[in-house]
Amino acid sequence: MIDAIKKFINSFFMDLFQNKKHIKLGLYGPPNGGKTTLANKICKDWLGETMGKVSSIAHETREIQIKEQINIKSGRKELSFNLVDTPGIATKIDFEEFMKKGLGEKDAKKRAKEATKGVIDAIKWLDDMDCVIVVLDATKDPYSQVNITIIGNLEARDIPVLIVANKIDLRKSDIKKVQAAFPQYTVVGISAKKGTNIDKLYEGVFDLVA
Amino acid sequence: MGVTLQFIPYTEIEDLSSLGRIRKLLTIAKNNKIVLLEGRLRKEEEVELIKTTMEEINDDFRGIEMAVIYPGEDTEDMLKKLKFGFINILIGNRLGITILGPASIVKEIKKDPKRIQLVTEDDGTTKVHLKEKQKRNNHSANKAKNSKKRR
Repeated sequence: MIDAIKKFINSFFMDLFQNKKHIKLGLYGPPNGGKTTLANKICKDWLGETMGKVSSIAHETREIQIKEQINIKSGRKELSFNLVDTPGIATKIDFEEFMKKGLGEKDAKKRAKEATKGVIDAIKWLDDMDCVIVVLDATKDPYSQVNITIIGNLEARDIPVLIVANKIDLRKSDIKKVQAAFPQYTVVGISAKKGTNIDKLYEGVFDLVA
Repeated sequence: MGVTLQFIPYTEIEDLSSLGRIRKLLTIAKNNKIVLLEGRLRKEEEVELIKTTMEEINDDFRGIEMAVIYPGEDTEDMLKKLKFGFINILIGNRLGITILGPASIVKEIKKDPKRIQLVTEDDGTTKVHLKEKQKRNNHSANKAKNSKKRR
């Protein structure tokens, strides 16, 4: 009991004087937007290790992945969070698409089955998030219904959202189109793969939880 | 290959539970028809629709393509947003149109805020210009609003 009280007092004063916050930060978005690449970049920057495997075949991340206790700093501000990388949310999953990318039928069907479960899990986890980074591929049409549904549901749950327009290193990318699609949100253009504008992303995360 | 569009007036789903609405739309899509729904689902129903779709995916049913178009979504004008928000409170989610079809037929839905373009399986591109439909939809929504007011 005394230990518990000591713990509470310690954490209270830690929060008070160090401006330190602890939250659950989710990465959401459609498949192949670069969520895991971004998760890896964040983990590499602050923990020195990666988080998950990336692939050009969609639905590589089929299970929720969590990295605990990531501490990021910017000036006097400090933020501690658990990073939750979620499977891409989609309205369709076709095993034949995986076969076109070179998988055998059995593997393709297995991947499709796991991917459907991953989407369901990602949706179930929405309620557990304190704030969310929605990772969109800036080379693709931002008006897709999946994007609108994810962001609309986060808004309905009062969960703060930061939109990331990823892949700005590619010529086809168009951040303005993403900004035009979601004018009420902050949109940060980054390249998770090349590390471009990652500092702006961290500033955005601090603003999100401020 | 012919494409069948089935129009569902909002009155057909108005009194259904969330699950009932989702079931109705998915059943039509699984019968290889494209649904044109007057109005839209609630936000939480949209996400439930995705979840239920995922639960039902198998070798024959590969999921759905979906798009929603509604007045005010592309405006940054706060007054207009408030106006449409207020109308929504009055008449439910009757404004706008939802289009939803099986992924085996609808390959892609391209949307700019005021126009929806369906790309179908046999690469026939079916352009569905919804502006006219939208106007009629708004007209019926206004009628419903007025009749509610009278009541």
